Amino acid sequence: VRGKMAAPVFFFVVATVTVVKLLLIPSYRSTDFEVHRNWLAITHSRPLSQWYYEDTSEWTLDYPPLFAWFEFLLSHVARFFDPAMLRVENLNYASFATVLFQRLSVIVSDLVLVYAVYECCQCVRMAGKKRPSELLSQPSFVLAVLLLWNFGLLIVDHIHFQYNGFLTGIKLLSIARILQRRHLEGAFWFSLLLNFKHIYLYISPAYFTYLLRAHCFTRANKDGSVQWGSFSLLNLLNLGVVVVGVFAGSFGPFVTMGQLGQVLSRLFPVKRGLVHAYWAPNFWALYNVADKAATSVALRTKLLTPDDIQQATMTGGLVQEYTHNALPSITPLVTVILTLAAMLPALVHLWRRPCTPRDFLRCLVLCAFASFLFGYHVHEKAIILIIIPLSLLAVEGRQDGQVFLLLSTCGHLSLFPLLFTQAETPSKVCLMLMFTVFAFMSLEALYGSSKKRPYSLCLLSPVETVYMVGLVLLQLYCSVGHHALGLTNRLPFLPLMLTSVYCALGVMWSWLRFYHLTLTERHQLKQS
Amino acid sequence: MDMKFGMLFIAVVFVVFVRWAVSLNPYSGMGKPPMYGDYEAQRHWMEITTNLPLKQWYFNSTDNDLLYWGLDYPPLTAYHMWLCGKVASWINPDWTALFTSRGHESYGHKLFMRYSVLIGDLLIFIPAVLLFCFRQKQLSHTQKVLLSCVLLLFPGLIIIDYGHFQYNSISLGLTLLAIMALSQGYDVLGSAAFVLALSYKQMSLYHAMPFFCYLLGKCWQQRWKKGFFSLCCIGLTVLATFALVWLPFLTEKDVFLQVVHRIFPVARGVFEDKVSNFWCSLSVVVKFRNFMSQETLLSLCLVTTLLGLLPSSLDLLFRPSTIKFRLALINSSLVFFLFSFQVHEKSILLPALPVCLLLPWRPFTSTWFLTIATFSMLPLLIKDGLIIATLVTSILFLIAVELGLQGISSDPTIGCPICMWSSKNLKWLPYGFFSVAVKSGFYTSLMGAVFLGVLSVTIPPPSSLPDLWPVLVSVYCCVHFLGFTVYYHQVQLMAPGPKQPTAQKGKKMQ
Repeated sequence: VRGKMAAPVFFFVVATVTVVKLLLIPSYRSTDFEVHRNWLAITHSRPLSQWYYEDTSEWTLDYPPLFAWFEFLLSHVARFFDPAMLRVENLNYASFATVLFQRLSVIVSDLVLVYAVYECCQCVRMAGKKRPSELLSQPSFVLAVLLLWNFGLLIVDHIHFQYNGFLTGIKLLSIARILQRRHLEGAFWFSLLLNFKHIYLYISPAYFTYLLRAHCFTRANKDGSVQWGSFSLLNLLNLGVVVVGVFAGSFGPFVTMGQLGQVLSRLFPVKRGLVHAYWAPNFWALYNVADKAATSVALRTKLLTPDDIQQATMTGGLVQEYTHNALPSITPLVTVILTLAAMLPALVHLWRRPCTPRDFLRCLVLCAFASFLFGYHVHEKAIILIIIPLSLLAVEGRQDGQVFLLLSTCGHLSLFPLLFTQAETPSKVCLMLMFTVFAFMSLEALYGSSKKRPYSLCLLSPVETVYMVGLVLLQLYCSVGHHALGLTNRLPFLPLMLTSVYCALGVMWSWLRFYHLTLTERHQLKQS
Repeated sequence: MDMKFGMLFIAVVFVVFVRWAVSLNPYSGMGKPPMYGDYEAQRHWMEITTNLPLKQWYFNSTDNDLLYWGLDYPPLTAYHMWLCGKVASWINPDWTALFTSRGHESYGHKLFMRYSVLIGDLLIFIPAVLLFCFRQKQLSHTQKVLLSCVLLLFPGLIIIDYGHFQYNSISLGLTLLAIMALSQGYDVLGSAAFVLALSYKQMSLYHAMPFFCYLLGKCWQQRWKKGFFSLCCIGLTVLATFALVWLPFLTEKDVFLQVVHRIFPVARGVFEDKVSNFWCSLSVVVKFRNFMSQETLLSLCLVTTLLGLLPSSLDLLFRPSTIKFRLALINSSLVFFLFSFQVHEKSILLPALPVCLLLPWRPFTSTWFLTIATFSMLPLLIKDGLIIATLVTSILFLIAVELGLQGISSDPTIGCPICMWSSKNLKWLPYGFFSVAVKSGFYTSLMGAVFLGVLSVTIPPPSSLPDLWPVLVSVYCCVHFLGFTVYYHQVQLMAPGPKQPTAQKGKKMQ
């Protein structure tokens, strides 16, 4: 049974969230605003051959070519707002018209997201048999709100300033096409996505495995394993044509100009630290803290002398190196190996299963998890890459819903330090509260609280409930308590570190839980 | 999580978010020395009240230059400013230092001021609206939550309080509490709340006549002894509340008279800037300021206002009922707005409050009125740089009305005498003809407003007529308000009186 939603309801969800975005126009903007203004200027006033060489501003163009073309397109509209923003020399230019144009460009490009969400909502399977009358127990409605009102997307795009909305839209569109078994279209949209922003390389193993398995092999054995004889060269060829075609269109001009090396060196800068300016809540946050603890223990026991310690400041705004003292330092190669190792069981599992689109979606989430947890120089914003596809699963299964509630709450909370200006505090707290309360309320309405445990939040175990309460207390400490205790000057980085580490625990737990769910799913199916 | 509580929680957090997002915009007079705007006025009052002894607050002196935003609101505002000023000087003494803090503007101070408005709103106006909505017994829980969302999203109030910068939500919230108390039968409590509203902002006088007539009429209806007793109770409460609030200023006659003189500045003009009232619109055609003295004008205003008040007041006095009371509040404040002396464009918020309360019964016309009321402040909002926020919150309000008042009848013609007469006597008129006519009237009026708004924002007026757009806006809105005054009078006169069976049983009225 497909859970279709009345069109007016969807329209109201879109309209209200668009109003929220418009209201956020005067909010604080990070340096990413200047980054994108600079790219507008570069693509508008420099020839194609200069795009990846131009370095007047420190914020050089470091996204793949299609994104540059996107900026090029925008710049032709920007002319009518304020031509001064299109001059490369106008560093940090932010007139009212510039701000308005850039903000509106994000809001308008989000229409891609709206369309993709609409498509995804058409693919949602109903849990029950009959169509419920209550709006909150309609999975498609819940999914539309969870995706369109996603806290991470709202604050990163419409306050911090980035264009994740339409990129997420393209990603969801490719997922929707795969859910509809329109594999070639799915592959097309995903290749397009890779050429907009290469961060999505993280989830490409899932696409690669799935398309190879489900598109290039046409039949499976009765136990779900692949039938090697069913390999279809034709399918491989048309898939290849689609993918290579998109890449050729994007990188082709630069290859012919002999600039491929330059473009790639911009896309993959190597001189960056293991962790971002403040730590994303991943495995390395825990590792760094373990190193700190081990160092202080070693200093006490005289295993290390103070001369051995290389001090690293963790409060600066820009990226910096962090060297480990007690534990071995981590090279990029180690992170790559660990990431791939974390993905491998999921990929193998996907290959050996009957390989349905739902299995693909689970594998996609696991790949995003692996790269977020073990990747090199991961941004905290990358948590959105996990939460968005997990939303699709959350409205279709009770246990996935549990993982979603835990992960979205701690993942979104770890984004709080991104907006450090005081005027934005009420905005982010309100948006977060609305999203989280809605998520808890709607998922409870979807699945009902079968066994009521006292003293624990719906769908969560007592331990997880305690963890949630801890999140609130932590946030209170970081925003009020730390300052009140007078530790602001002595331990300036402590709130950030505590947030990262505490949220890292939640993310790790969600990952293990979700991995366990995915690998044991077949048994449950057989039993039931 | 409890579903009912969750929905209410999300609704309240949402309206708080909208309020805060609007407050990120500029305030009146931001970066405009030497006088700045209302924001500086409020900050200056904090400076005066915390630094000078109470007796000097309203007097001109070397420390208190009344020409620079002298205090001209009643004592309750002064006390509130004193409290805010104490907190401000605790956070940062520079914010309220005497003389040196004039024109102080900083990131932190803006935050403080915005928070002070939000706290007042959270303490008084939002609970009052929730109380009102959850008293509507005929609505389901979802409808109650949606209705409170709609009322709390009225753009005029949000923009003036959180954008332009004022504390209207406090006096309006107190008035709303008074209305609620009266309709629940707590007359003494209600009159005390209204006196507080009156002592916060003298503009609440626009609502005073209906309060007086309703309470007097209600006592009149009771048996002689009981009625006299309750009248005495109410009278004593009013006097006691007044005395309590005004106590520090009642010790000397001079002080009291000076406060009253400051609050009612008869020496100022008949209207400020361009207001959508009768006199301002008339002055486009008749330059009456050239051949009339200030005193003549003042008495002319007084006479027309009193004449305008008569119909609704007499009706309420002799047939007091809750619904008539609310309608009389609209009528009285509209008459004040249109005809009285010294009217500000922001005063349209006073009629807007009772119109908001009418939303569940007359969703269509109330929405129309509230949209035009917001639009009538356009020249001010353009000056403050709040045009985007105004547009966005107005759209949000219309969405909320469309979504929130579903299931509540939106027939624009309910209770309209022409429609009722024609449906009886002109059977050949197609059913719903008037509904279509009124709806297209609404859309035409909305288009007209959008057209005027676009003109004001994009095209500079001709140099010979620098005030062309504001004047057009005020005349356009004034015509609307005159029409609404007639409409609401008619609705009030036809509304049922106290516990008497009337012809309109079918209507949902309390």
